[in-house]
Amino acid sequence: MRIKKTLAFICAAVLLIGALTGCAPAETNEPAANGLGESITINGSTSVQPLAEELAKAFKEKNPDATIDIQGGGSGVGIKSAADGVADIGMSSRDLKPEEKSLKEFKIAVDGIAVIVNPTNEIQGLSMEQILKIYTGEITDWKEVGGKEGKITVVTREEGSGTRGAFIELTKVESKSEGDRTVASAITQGSTGAVITTVAGDPNAIGYASFGSAKENTDIKLISVDGKTCTEENIYAGEYKISRPFLMLTQAEPTGLAKAFLDFILSEEGQTVVSGHNYLKAVK
Amino acid sequence: MKAYERVIQLVLFISAIIAVFGVILISYFIISEGYPVIRKVGLLDFLSGNRWAPTQGVYGIYPMIVGSLLVTAGALVLGVPIGIGCAIFLAELAKPRIAGILRPGIELLAGIPSVIYGLYGLAVIVPFIRKVFNNQGFSVLAGSIVLAVMILPTIINVSESAIRSVPRDYKEASLSLGSSHWQSIKNVIVPAARSGITAAVILGMGRAIGETMAVIMIVGNSPLVPESILSPVRTLTGNIGIEMGYAGGEHQKALFATGIVLFVFIMLLNIAAHLIPKKAGE
Repeated sequence: MRIKKTLAFICAAVLLIGALTGCAPAETNEPAANGLGESITINGSTSVQPLAEELAKAFKEKNPDATIDIQGGGSGVGIKSAADGVADIGMSSRDLKPEEKSLKEFKIAVDGIAVIVNPTNEIQGLSMEQILKIYTGEITDWKEVGGKEGKITVVTREEGSGTRGAFIELTKVESKSEGDRTVASAITQGSTGAVITTVAGDPNAIGYASFGSAKENTDIKLISVDGKTCTEENIYAGEYKISRPFLMLTQAEPTGLAKAFLDFILSEEGQTVVSGHNYLKAVK
Repeated sequence: MKAYERVIQLVLFISAIIAVFGVILISYFIISEGYPVIRKVGLLDFLSGNRWAPTQGVYGIYPMIVGSLLVTAGALVLGVPIGIGCAIFLAELAKPRIAGILRPGIELLAGIPSVIYGLYGLAVIVPFIRKVFNNQGFSVLAGSIVLAVMILPTIINVSESAIRSVPRDYKEASLSLGSSHWQSIKNVIVPAARSGITAAVILGMGRAIGETMAVIMIVGNSPLVPESILSPVRTLTGNIGIEMGYAGGEHQKALFATGIVLFVFIMLLNIAAHLIPKKAGE
């Protein structure tokens, strides 16, 4: 009886301590005297945002006094904010138009998306048009694109996923007027791994995944798009169509913290963060 | 000694409060996060809307409600007969030695993490359905099969204790009237235990409707009212689980709103389970 009571007491005490330790006050950083104590604002593409946040985290580990405020808004907002000087750095996930070229442009990464099928699939490549029609449900059988008869299992990522966002934007599955037109019967998976597993297991499946995580996987086959194979060279050269650059933009030559952050991103350390998140390095 | 006991009492009371407080906090959080979206979309449109396109601000969770109910119903159709059969066997027929092997086995079934069930479904059941029906494999059926196995321990344990709690007199009276053992089971014992068995089914249902990880891995998650049990489907839990990672702003709030609906479902089930009379034979 005594032991039971003691046990109960210990359990209760542990619970209580656990509940209380959550309330410890957060430590505050003293403002620093050096130039890295300042703060900058970055905004723009929501596709670049997660990577920028990871880069900022890595940067802050070395420079704890720096404050980097990263916001979304979209590529358009990023370009405009950089041009107007509203933000210190703008982010864009598309190339600049000629009239926007006055900005200072830093390519920090390249995002390539591989279209993948089962290795037993005879199809070697598809056109952008065919991919669009498959993902909008207009083409439903492999024989319509020159393959063996079989109902296509369309595999996609969940809404909100950056890979899905990039894919539907680049393949025009997303249209201005109708938004995301991905066929509703598509199998939706919550991670790159689940998409790859699905495609690896289903002879009739088609899916997509970031190039970085798909390239060395032999359970799936990367197909060519518009006749261009999905290789690092073709992605860098812009030949492979389902890819896009991640840009950071400044109004003028960056100085202070903005320069330090951009230098860090383009350093070997920063680029390791880039490839760690399955994007291609901007600097080879 | 008195003071010592009073301290213990206080500490235990605080533990109890923390548990209840947890429930209140979570309820408050889910409702306060999700309600704005329901108010904006309108409760009826939110519940009966056929289209889920969160990145375009279209939130209709009707396909997911149907999905959850279908997958759960399928799991009950498959799991309840097996579960009750197993419970009757354990309570009435099994020799102690056999029951001694079966019971730990069933307990083990309850202890397997749901992601393992999902993995099994993904590696075995989905390819099996794909092969047999020549389709995508991810389907209501796959989800129901895996959930049926997952709810077995709940159904078996609760049903078995319900059957065991039927007074001995009932069985003895039945046998002494000349009925066989099976007749006694069928006409006396099981009917007398029916409230407990109903509770078992409801608890199993709650488990099935709340399951997330295993379901996400095997049902395909298409936000679409399924045409048949071979079509892919998305459940309420799956909707939250699969999209939470990258959801921001209103999208995230809409997922909390999905959580409110799920919460209401689970609460109704729990209330139903409590309403059932506890004693056998009532």
